[in-house]
Amino acid sequence: MIAALAFYAFAFVLVASAVMVVTARNPVHSVLFLILAFFNASALFLLIGAEFLAMILVIVYVGAVAVLFLFVVMMLDIDFARLREGFQRYAPVGAVIGGILFLELVLVLAGWRFTDMAADLRLAPNPVGAVSNTAALGRVLYTDYVFLFQAAGLILLVAMIGAIVLTHRERVGTRRQVIADQVGRTGSVVLQNVAIGAGVSPGSILRPPPKDAPKAVEHHDTHGGHH
Amino acid sequence: MTPMGGTTEMEIGLGHYLVVSAILLVLGIFGIFMNRKNVIIILMSVELILLAVNINFVAFSAWLNDLNGQIFAMFVLTVAAAEAAIGLAILVIYFRNRGSIEVEEISTLKG
Repeated sequence: MIAALAFYAFAFVLVASAVMVVTARNPVHSVLFLILAFFNASALFLLIGAEFLAMILVIVYVGAVAVLFLFVVMMLDIDFARLREGFQRYAPVGAVIGGILFLELVLVLAGWRFTDMAADLRLAPNPVGAVSNTAALGRVLYTDYVFLFQAAGLILLVAMIGAIVLTHRERVGTRRQVIADQVGRTGSVVLQNVAIGAGVSPGSILRPPPKDAPKAVEHHDTHGGHH
Repeated sequence: MTPMGGTTEMEIGLGHYLVVSAILLVLGIFGIFMNRKNVIIILMSVELILLAVNINFVAFSAWLNDLNGQIFAMFVLTVAAAEAAIGLAILVIYFRNRGSIEVEEISTLKG
């Protein structure tokens, strides 16, 4: 009973925030609703017993992907009003295609059924109660799917390198430190033998001003403000 | 087993999750059509679609008591993260070069 109510609440908020993601005027609001949608999907995962995936969803999607979206939306100076010009024009087409797709999905949902051998065809039956969800997932992931796991890591590596290569730019006009030039420079520093205590010349060293010199402070008493 | 999971009155079964997932998928595709010009919203719609896929995977995994679905949901998550990173990187350099992110103007490769 409680679980059913929780499911309906989370599912409703999930769908509502998904609607807001695609229809919000401000893309920043879209990203924030996307974060809300991910949180609710994670709650749905928790309800169905996939605890590890729920936590991963929060960490990966909310912690990384959504924040990345937020950064990009806020970083780029985009005229979003101009981007929404065709909104009304495209809405009917999208609604028709979405409606057709949803109808097809409903037909599929109403018509399919499990095969009788479904229970025998399982590759990694869940050891319910014996170990936690995380441990059970780890047992499968690090044995049967270890190569796929490594491939997933490679995909992430390639994506990371690709994103860096794409967005990295060599700025012209910036001055960088070149260690080799610094080490190899000769002749520009003159060493001379001076008398002890005399200095090179009296005025050649810039000293800090004396500490007890009164600082010129302007008072804005006439304004009467408290700052 | 019935398609809807043989649920009683107030019990949540496989069918409920599949319906939520179907609604999310349709909303994602609808979002791609609605925001034809805004690449950022299109990328977010793709994320919604992948989330719908993940909900399907996890629902079937829980219903069949098979862990493979959750494993593959994790791989989908990996690919989604990589796709978002690359997509946003392309978006940033496109904006840097052209000063706009309108999808319909992206035709440089057409020649």
